[in-house]
Amino acid sequence: MITKRIIPCLDIRNGRVVKGVNFQGVRDVDDPVDLARFYNAAGADELVFYDITASFEGRALFTDVLAKTAREVFIPLTVGGSINELSDFERVLRSGADKVSVNSGAVKNPDLVAQAAKKYGSQCVVLSMDVKRVDGAYRIFTKGGREMSQYEAVSWAVRGAENGAGELVVNSMDTDGVRRGFDLELLDAICARVNIPVIASGGAGCMEDFLTLFRSVPGVDAGLAASIFHFKEIAIADLKQYLIENGIEMRV
Amino acid sequence: MIAVVDYGVGNLFSLAGSLSVLGLESIVTSDPAQIEAADRVILPGVGAFGDAVDKLRSLNLIPVLNRQVENGKPLMGICLGMQLLFEKSYEFGVHAGLGFLKGEICPLAEDLPAGFKVPQMGWNRLIAVRENEPLLRYAGEKPYVYYVHSFYAKGCEDSLSAVSEYGGLAVPGLVHKNNVFGAQFHPEKSGEAGLSMLRAFAEVTA
Repeated sequence: MITKRIIPCLDIRNGRVVKGVNFQGVRDVDDPVDLARFYNAAGADELVFYDITASFEGRALFTDVLAKTAREVFIPLTVGGSINELSDFERVLRSGADKVSVNSGAVKNPDLVAQAAKKYGSQCVVLSMDVKRVDGAYRIFTKGGREMSQYEAVSWAVRGAENGAGELVVNSMDTDGVRRGFDLELLDAICARVNIPVIASGGAGCMEDFLTLFRSVPGVDAGLAASIFHFKEIAIADLKQYLIENGIEMRV
Repeated sequence: MIAVVDYGVGNLFSLAGSLSVLGLESIVTSDPAQIEAADRVILPGVGAFGDAVDKLRSLNLIPVLNRQVENGKPLMGICLGMQLLFEKSYEFGVHAGLGFLKGEICPLAEDLPAGFKVPQMGWNRLIAVRENEPLLRYAGEKPYVYYVHSFYAKGCEDSLSAVSEYGGLAVPGLVHKNNVFGAQFHPEKSGEAGLSMLRAFAEVTA
């Protein structure tokens, strides 16, 4: 049986990790390559690099970091941030990304997912969505959650899967940062309608939140988090051990 | 020297990187002469079967692959590269493969019970079905390996070495006959276990 996955996400600006992590054994706390090595050794099942660089120069630094990481870290690498057209897929896939996560770019250009799936294969196209409840409906937001789009989240997810996305990242803006657990209701609504892997994001505050996630919404394949891993509140090895003891299959 | 066949599909950074971390000499190439000169060959690949065969053909790589196999040099296909080793595939039509191994490539979706996702994406245990598979000599008991695929090999009992269980199917993970090897999963993305299989491939004497 396929295991559930635990995925740390690193925000990167100008080739450096934003809010560097102070772990024992990590020499340069802002170096994405060092951190990727650390998380790989700690048992992460996959890594997400999210590029929040605004400049052209910063983007070149990012692709250097990506290429270096791909040569040294042998678990899947997903890249997101500023993916707006096919040439952005090309740029990061050529630099060592295994999967490319598209968010606002898919709202701006609704054909992007289908075009990318056709050209590079569904296995590398991840549709990432920022979702927030507005007047009782799940709405898709863009630009890092600043703008509301016209799309409803469940139908957006279904459409993404139909267009060839190979995986979904569902980030709940309602639970993100609150640290009181993942958005089970939203995840359940989406998992009931799509048949591709779903990664839950937003709201993890403790190990129990991951157990609740995997038990309550069996259709969820992975839990993604940033700060609880970076700030050492949860060690990935401990989290996996805890989940295994509670009957969730994990790679160790 | 290991030749990694570059025919324009897929990300070869991790594959080249893993061989380099293992201290193995390799060259990423689409030059038939360099492939011919290598001691062993890795055929990677992601994407669609038909496109991949077309690219191999247009780069004139099929004759050199045939010769390498005939001459007994070890060849390893990875993911789509593994699927290409078989006789044919039903991905978007019917396409002939390289035919080094008996079997055909069929859609997972038609054989999986409802509710099982396609692609199979993620980490699964690899279970040996044959003793003494050389690629598994350093891999430990039932290692976890990373899969991303929507099609799988059927009718390959002849070469079947190890499987992973998915939705009640014994999905062929590792195949091997004589000097031809194939991994449906990505050894270059499967952490230490995957690296150990690449190391073992570099040591096989076919």
